[in-house]
Amino acid sequence: MRAEWNRKTKNRKKASSELTRQEEFIRKHRRHHHEIASWRTIIFVLFLVLWEVSANLKWIDSFFFSSPSRVARCFVDQIRNNSMLAHIGVTLLETLLSFLLVILFSLLVSTLLWHSKKLSEILEPYLVVLNSLPKSALAPLFIVWLGTGTRTIIVAGMSVAVFGSIISFYTGFQQVDPEKITLIHTLGGSRRDAFCKVVLPGSVPILLSTAKVNIGLALVGVIIGEFLAARRGLGYLIIYGSQVFQLDMVITSIIVLCIIALGFYQSIQVIEHQIKIRFKM
Amino acid sequence: MENILELKNIGYSYHNLHGETKALQNISFGVREGEFIAIVGPSGCGKSTLLSIIAGLLSPEEGTIVVNNPDGSLHYPKIGYMLQRDHLFEWRTVYRNVTLGLELNHKMTPERLEAVDRLLKDYGLDKFKDKRPDELSGGMKQRAALIRTLALEPQLLLLDEPFSALDYQTRLFVSADICRLIRAAGKTMIIITHDLSEAVSLADRIIVLSGRPAVVKNEVTVHLTLADDSPLAARNAPEFQQYFNMLWEDLTHES
Repeated sequence: MRAEWNRKTKNRKKASSELTRQEEFIRKHRRHHHEIASWRTIIFVLFLVLWEVSANLKWIDSFFFSSPSRVARCFVDQIRNNSMLAHIGVTLLETLLSFLLVILFSLLVSTLLWHSKKLSEILEPYLVVLNSLPKSALAPLFIVWLGTGTRTIIVAGMSVAVFGSIISFYTGFQQVDPEKITLIHTLGGSRRDAFCKVVLPGSVPILLSTAKVNIGLALVGVIIGEFLAARRGLGYLIIYGSQVFQLDMVITSIIVLCIIALGFYQSIQVIEHQIKIRFKM
Repeated sequence: MENILELKNIGYSYHNLHGETKALQNISFGVREGEFIAIVGPSGCGKSTLLSIIAGLLSPEEGTIVVNNPDGSLHYPKIGYMLQRDHLFEWRTVYRNVTLGLELNHKMTPERLEAVDRLLKDYGLDKFKDKRPDELSGGMKQRAALIRTLALEPQLLLLDEPFSALDYQTRLFVSADICRLIRAAGKTMIIITHDLSEAVSLADRIIVLSGRPAVVKNEVTVHLTLADDSPLAARNAPEFQQYFNMLWEDLTHES
């Protein structure tokens, strides 16, 4: 992006003085972005400093509220005895698996719903109820049905995201311009062609935005599952830490979770960007 | 010339819980080979419904369509249908857009693709083959949509207000341009329009429909003395105003 700007500004310089307005515009635009980024960093650093200082000056009890230095120490300790990386790995893997399963399963179901109007009408109230049900209420049931282990946690992760994503996929499919579908029919295509050539490619933006929401939801579900039914993973670490009053461990895990959530969001953003470039959307 | 298609007493109604809405009633007319027919009528009178019936997308509730091929065969003429907007898909290149029909019909044969290449070249689009539709102008998009329709080698072209999404100036040029290309390709055409001047300037025959339920109110055969081939020539023809007024009378005096 920046390289392109530079190239453009160079071209402008050759041209008349009027075009320096363009340069000015670009400079303003850049300054705005720098400003935003700086404020973000300032807030973050201020927060860390305030936290550390108030813990050191005993404004807050660092046994309960921890402090950045204690978090860092705890993180290094956990890395050293090798358990942190394993916990992170487990949570990552479970989240990714349940995310992929959610996408696959909801694509399949929403395709079926699109295919049969009658089926979608029949299932609508069920989907709405299941979507608004607090999924954490289901987790104890999953433990009884499926035992404790990876399977339960993946199902818990899926349960949080799946109904919402079925509804958004299906809504996306329905928003495709009906004239485009008529076009497929006038060209002698079948309903299946209409789906593959129009509905699916036309819904890519909605698929991507739903994926962005779902990766976060899958993480929520996986952590809930790990609270209740795991011996590994960050959710387990949080529960374990709170039970033995090692709040450093709890807060460290929460911060790692923040970083994971950010990482997931960014990766989907990158994928979205790639797809948009590829299809010039 | 013989009629290749004959509509006989076509009737169609829309149904909903509040009752029945008659859209078409007792519509009969013939279509001759190579002829350009314009269908005009008040908005919402069922023009599009009529076109969908001719295209076979809807089946008529009453009446029949008789096929009368010159070679005596009974199969329905191959239809090409152009919608109000070009509906080129942004996620496909221009080339993959114009070959969409062939792709859907599994007819991506070398001969057909060669014909598409020839059309692209004739219509000045060969340089834009690998571009995305949004890089084309409004007129070029309509040409691309026409190639997509012609690629399947239809005998009868149905155009449902194909220029209504264009601004007025572009519209004058594009409508004349597209119709010239269709004439050059030797196709039969039925075009729906609510623009009376467009109907007079493009068609050999104009069928005037009444308001709902639509019946054929008048059939006008158009003969214009043309000075040249420009899009404005037809509109400057001495008879133009007479035809226009005649159609205007038909449409405004509901009886």
